[in-house]
Amino acid sequence: MSRRHAPPRAERKPDRRDLGWYVDKAVEVAVFVGGVSAIVFVVGIFVFITREGLGFVTGPFDFRQFFLSPRWRPTSEWNPTYGILALFAGTASVTGLAMLVAVPFSICAAVFIGELTAGRTREVLKVLVEFLAAIPSVVWGFIGLSIINPLIINVFDVAVGLNVLNSGVILGLMAAPIMTSIAEDAFRAVPETYREAAEAMGATRWQVTYKVVIPAAKNGLLAAVLLGIGRAFGETMAVLMASGHSINLPTSVFDSVRALTATIAAELGETAVGSDHYRALFTIGIVLFLITFAINLTADLVIRGTRRKE
Amino acid sequence: MTPPSEATEQTPPAAAIRTRKLNFWYGSFQALFEVDLEITAGIITSLIGPSGCGKSTLLRSVNRINERSGDVRTTGTIEVLGHDIHGERVELARLRQKVGMVFQRPNPLPISIRDNVMFGYRLQNPANSRNKSEQEEILEGSLRKVLLWDGVKDCLGRKATSLSLEEQQKLCIARLLPVKPAILLMDEPCSALDPQGTEAVEELIWELRGDFNILLVTHNMAQARRASEECVFMLMGRVIEHAPTVEMFVTPRNPQTSDYIEGRYG
Repeated sequence: MSRRHAPPRAERKPDRRDLGWYVDKAVEVAVFVGGVSAIVFVVGIFVFITREGLGFVTGPFDFRQFFLSPRWRPTSEWNPTYGILALFAGTASVTGLAMLVAVPFSICAAVFIGELTAGRTREVLKVLVEFLAAIPSVVWGFIGLSIINPLIINVFDVAVGLNVLNSGVILGLMAAPIMTSIAEDAFRAVPETYREAAEAMGATRWQVTYKVVIPAAKNGLLAAVLLGIGRAFGETMAVLMASGHSINLPTSVFDSVRALTATIAAELGETAVGSDHYRALFTIGIVLFLITFAINLTADLVIRGTRRKE
Repeated sequence: MTPPSEATEQTPPAAAIRTRKLNFWYGSFQALFEVDLEITAGIITSLIGPSGCGKSTLLRSVNRINERSGDVRTTGTIEVLGHDIHGERVELARLRQKVGMVFQRPNPLPISIRDNVMFGYRLQNPANSRNKSEQEEILEGSLRKVLLWDGVKDCLGRKATSLSLEEQQKLCIARLLPVKPAILLMDEPCSALDPQGTEAVEELIWELRGDFNILLVTHNMAQARRASEECVFMLMGRVIEHAPTVEMFVTPRNPQTSDYIEGRYG
């Protein structure tokens, strides 16, 4: 970076401060600002959420009630209660079901794209999968509302089709493309020499895949699953539309639930800024932030772990 | 593969590998031209020639591993122990168990030493997991054969990729043995090793002579000279000369061979 350590040639011929020099400097500064801004924004968002939520944590916050009570009644006149257990259960059940849908789906898709196709087919499929990841979440919510909802009502003969099953399937479909893409990257990172070695010993394509490639890529696959969980956990609009949005500790996949994220999205606009309710919502935001941060960090460490071993 | 059942051929075929008018193409690039070869059984034959002369391609044709590259085409025949390997009833997995291959860079799988050695065996005998003691015997025998047993017997669960390159290459030879191959193909097996490793692996190859038919690709003239009994010289995808090593190095028949051996090119 420093120009003093430039090679001797530069000393013989000192920098001329012409247009090129200024452009060079300007680009350097722009790139630096761009790089640093990512950190600044993350810290800034965290500080903002914490500041807004802190009043609640230090005020009417009751640890046991907040985490262990299923009653979320922030607008009650006499006795407002702020328990997120039901909301948390809603998010967890929907995310769990989503992973049951997405994990087999995306790993199989990644095996097919990465191991069984080649050349043009592979590239086209990969682009298509990444295209799927770009579908806006409100569109998925729309599909849940207008297609899966009547489907569930007809097939399972239940009263409401907006429930854990619906939103779990929707979230699973949403998370699958990104998981497929990351899992496929993990397969691609497995050296070709492993496959060649196994084939030269008489392994079939399928044996190569499940005895060599999948074990070698398992950290990458774990990272794919974790990032999928992170994606499902933080998803808001599709869950809001497809889950039924009623506070419930679910006992079956046909129960309607409400997710943490959806609660914030639906209620924040209707609270008075600075009220307990408003601050409680921000506290939920802190919880969400910490959980997704932990998931992403774990995924990152897992991927890093694989790289170091190579 | 059982020996041929025809009554006329009582003795085992003298040629371990026999090619007839073998042509090979990568896409539109022809890598082998009309190769007619008879590799004598029971000895070490080395394939020499400058880079790109087709010696690796020829080697990789014998276990059909070069078909992995996709866009390839073969004409002519290759017979291994009297059997056409392009025959319709040939199972690729069986062929590759009979014709083991050692690669240029040691390529153990990222699993334990034990699992590496037993990999091929378990592919061949998927149901045979109950006979533990027999498996242990095979494991020990294979590792002893490559002079690796004493070094690794206490850490068989260690990841094979953590061994030194020399040990890895020995392991790559050991893992071929449990499925009892008839032919070992070696594609410059020492080129990634240091001089000591090269010496150790070369000695090992010499030890294996007689038990296996060994076809060895090498870049190293001296190695061909000291490690093989017959030599095949290739140039531009064609076989130029095939003779006992001593003869080829002392009195090469073809002027191109003598130019190469004397180091005028390649």
